[in-house]
Amino acid sequence: MDFRFEIIADYLPLLLRGALVTIAISAASIVIGSALGLVVAWGKLSANFAARYLASGYIHFFRGTPLLVQILLVHFGIVYVILGKTDAMIAAIVALSLNSAAYTAEIYRAGVQSIDKGQTEAARSLGMTHFQTMRFIILPQAIKRMIPPFGNEFIVLIKDSSLVSIIAAQELMYWTDAFKGQYLAVWEPYLTAAFIYLVLTYSFSKLLNYVERRLQTS
Amino acid sequence: MSALIRMNEVNKHFGKLHVLRDISLEIQPREVVVVIGPSGSGKSTLLRCLNLLENFESGDIVIDDKSLKAKDTDINQVRTEIGMVFQQFNLFPHLKVLDNIMLAPIQVRKQSKEKAASKAMELLGKVGVTDKADAYPASLSGGQAQRVAIARALAMEPKIMLFDEPTSALDPEMVGEVLAVMKQLASEGMTMVVVTHEMGFAREVGDRVIFMDQGAIVEEGTPDRLFDHPQNERTKLFLSKVL
Repeated sequence: MDFRFEIIADYLPLLLRGALVTIAISAASIVIGSALGLVVAWGKLSANFAARYLASGYIHFFRGTPLLVQILLVHFGIVYVILGKTDAMIAAIVALSLNSAAYTAEIYRAGVQSIDKGQTEAARSLGMTHFQTMRFIILPQAIKRMIPPFGNEFIVLIKDSSLVSIIAAQELMYWTDAFKGQYLAVWEPYLTAAFIYLVLTYSFSKLLNYVERRLQTS
Repeated sequence: MSALIRMNEVNKHFGKLHVLRDISLEIQPREVVVVIGPSGSGKSTLLRCLNLLENFESGDIVIDDKSLKAKDTDINQVRTEIGMVFQQFNLFPHLKVLDNIMLAPIQVRKQSKEKAASKAMELLGKVGVTDKADAYPASLSGGQAQRVAIARALAMEPKIMLFDEPTSALDPEMVGEVLAVMKQLASEGMTMVVVTHEMGFAREVGDRVIFMDQGAIVEEGTPDRLFDHPQNERTKLFLSKVL
């Protein structure tokens, strides 16, 4: 086997363009997924039986079925029904967001529940409302504990975004497959893709470490 | 004189366990009531029912003429009148000592920052922890933490103070400093309900001592009567173990 660096150089612009799309899809899904996860967590922690039931069902479904199946369902099902046509980018972001929300919901819930019950009791005994207790006492403490699991979840999401190549969203893995097809090569495209994913996840985890340290000292 | 706290036939279960049995009790303004009894006797639960940290199934509790069971009673409003001090302090670890004390006056009482801060400093002076105003709770000793917790409760200017075993989590050498603050509060006329194992405090500061066992009030009276001339066998047995 001879490893041909020149074909990597040839294809690199397209791979990098794909990497940018991967970043865009991941970033959008992280933001939307985290926001939606907050809603789901709120349902899960709610005193309302129906809200709890719905949130639990949501989490069970998205954690209990393969992401690949979810992507195909969203792409050929939900997005097609709503828009009347398929759109790989929208489907990719919707599917990854819905999936991520199930995991982030559990992170929120675990973070909130990890705060000692005495904190809530002290706040409520001072006459603070449930909302004030959350806002001033529980969340400021819980958020610090949520950052490491959130970091894990986001790194998983960046890697899992490669699955949306199956619906032809033009991200890194899509161009990697095109690369492989064009040059009938295996090592060059896949190792290059692996390396770019590694750069993405490594940079992201460094960024999170930095944020975590900043929050620890504040 | 109308009672500040009135409990009427209050009952509560934890599952099958009957933790409060037909508790009826009246506490007058400026009165210091000490609740003693073996662990599991329901004394902490009784205290926690007074500000509805624990719900109860039947009976009623009336605080300052407001029934806790009445639909139109705003429990958050009632709680502003009832300070509570916990065994585990429950200071807010992410807030500095001064902010621990100022938070509720600002958010709940809608006081200005300046007013809340000066009041908080005054209270820190009262409990003797002024030099720790800018410290985080983690750097306090147990005794200091509990005194800050007392100041935090007082900042709401409550009519009633509840103490749930306030010295049980303290190292022995720090018990005195917390009891001294409580004693001072009592002498200033604060209405207090204190659950404690400190029999010396009960005798010295209490106007009335209540002995609870198995969820019921077994006996009550002045400290002298209860400690020196207990009538009930269970009271005698308990006192023989702790005195």
